[in-house]
Amino acid sequence: MSLPSHLGQAYAHAVAAKRRQVWIGLLVLGVCVLLSGKVAEISAAKLADNIGNFSNYIDRIAHLESGQWVISDPAEWFWGWKKWLALMGETLLMAYVGTLLGAAAALVLCFLASKNMTQSAWLVFATRRLLEFARTVPEMVFALIFVVAFSLGPLPGILALAIHTTGALGKLFAEVVENVDMKPVDGVLATGGNWLHKVRFAVLPQVASNFASYALLRFEINVRGAAVLGFVGAGGIGQTLLEVIRKFYYADVSALLVLIIATVMLIDAGTERIRHRLLGQERQA
Amino acid sequence: MSVQQLPGAASALAQRQQALRTRYAAHFQPVYRGHLGAFSVAILAVLVFAYGVYSLDMSYARIVGGLGELGRMVLRMLPPEPGSWSLAGIYAYAMLETLAIALLGTLLAAIVAFPLGFLAARNTTLNRVVQFFARRSFDTLRGVDILIWALIWINVVGLGPFAGVLALFMSDLGSFGKLFSEAIEAADDKPVEGVVSTGGSSLSAVRFGILPQLLPVLLSQVLYAFESNTRSASIIGIVGAGGIGLILSEQIRTLELQQMAFVILLILATVSLIDFCCARIRFSIIGVRAR
Repeated sequence: MSLPSHLGQAYAHAVAAKRRQVWIGLLVLGVCVLLSGKVAEISAAKLADNIGNFSNYIDRIAHLESGQWVISDPAEWFWGWKKWLALMGETLLMAYVGTLLGAAAALVLCFLASKNMTQSAWLVFATRRLLEFARTVPEMVFALIFVVAFSLGPLPGILALAIHTTGALGKLFAEVVENVDMKPVDGVLATGGNWLHKVRFAVLPQVASNFASYALLRFEINVRGAAVLGFVGAGGIGQTLLEVIRKFYYADVSALLVLIIATVMLIDAGTERIRHRLLGQERQA
Repeated sequence: MSVQQLPGAASALAQRQQALRTRYAAHFQPVYRGHLGAFSVAILAVLVFAYGVYSLDMSYARIVGGLGELGRMVLRMLPPEPGSWSLAGIYAYAMLETLAIALLGTLLAAIVAFPLGFLAARNTTLNRVVQFFARRSFDTLRGVDILIWALIWINVVGLGPFAGVLALFMSDLGSFGKLFSEAIEAADDKPVEGVVSTGGSSLSAVRFGILPQLLPVLLSQVLYAFESNTRSASIIGIVGAGGIGLILSEQIRTLELQQMAFVILLILATVSLIDFCCARIRFSIIGVRAR
């Protein structure tokens, strides 16, 4: 079976146009990549020359100073476990406090940033821009500034996490609030409830489990973030990690990395279970 | 005419309420049941928070003092200005370097993660063991932060943007591997059955059955990653892996606050520009307007 010739032509044209578009896109991408390679000083030769260093590095962090495998002597490998666990605890606590502060701020701001709860268009606009600012500036940048203002320690790190969390959660929360069923809100309004009543009795019951789930996800992300805030002196395990990397204490590097990765995975698994339960509740309700 | 003005209406209302209360007693019970658990979780959360505030040295004096200092710093940031034209040129080039790092890191990771994603997906993997190890390797790569990867690669290829590209590559490889394999698992297997039923090999099943469903999803994920990598690439300079982060951290250390504010605004503007462009490209590829 063959197509009528004009249809065949039209089809060929459509395919050709699509192909042309793809080729132009690829060409633009190729030019961008070449330029980027130039700007970023990519050199395959350098990588090839030094890739040995990478495997060498991995090899070194997998061995103790005595030359044994790290796994053969865990006590020697994790010689500083008391200090490191305390630092990891501090990191977790920073993430927790930062997440809670940020979530609380986001809880207040999200209602101001959703069109169905706030009448004034400019208030919605202003709140949204504020949240956007808070999440677009990387938390490291906030941490750098806060370290100067609040001096070294966990406090600037917590505040940096809290601000970034406010921005990220505020947006997600506002999206949830904008999608609520408005009938309960009308009901509360009809019985003479004020704005706070609307929020407390009509909206919060609908969104609470979603909010908690998003907050837990953020906590997970913030644990990763808190682990490196120490690089700029903002508390947690990062400072020690930076030191052992810079001073080439190879076995310590791997010990700390294993500690951080294990903690992150544990937190991931834990929060994922809680989140599934929370969202499961929602589906039943 | 309102209810209160009718004689005897108030008592009638009270009577009706009483009747309702006795009839639907269960609905007038305070809802404590099932709240005990939530209540104890809340108490625990507050206790941990209080312990955190205490042990992390978040004293009132420090916070107030710091906020005052922060206010003074913000005042000294105004108005943001680059200092001179030559400095502005340096900043612009550093920003370009940041974008280059983000583009190359994302693209390399996407290219390498593409075949590996098939190994980590339940429906296309070779066997369970390979799938398990692929998944765990991706988890490990993701578990290490970009800044840590940057420090490790600096030991290998030296200071500079190349280390940044490799750092982004490592951590994106982990997230792309996970996202790609999940997308492959979510693909509809009816087209695959169709290809197989016409006698296609397993390779052509992947090429004509899965790939057409997959590409738009993957491209959109890559574009999202590029956006967030622009942000990441702007801070890896803090540890010396290229991009504008180095300039930013130096300016904060030397308290050149006006210029710092200029650089931050430059980063924000670039990030929004990239967001905008990516949203346009995503729209033209998958035909769905991004929210």
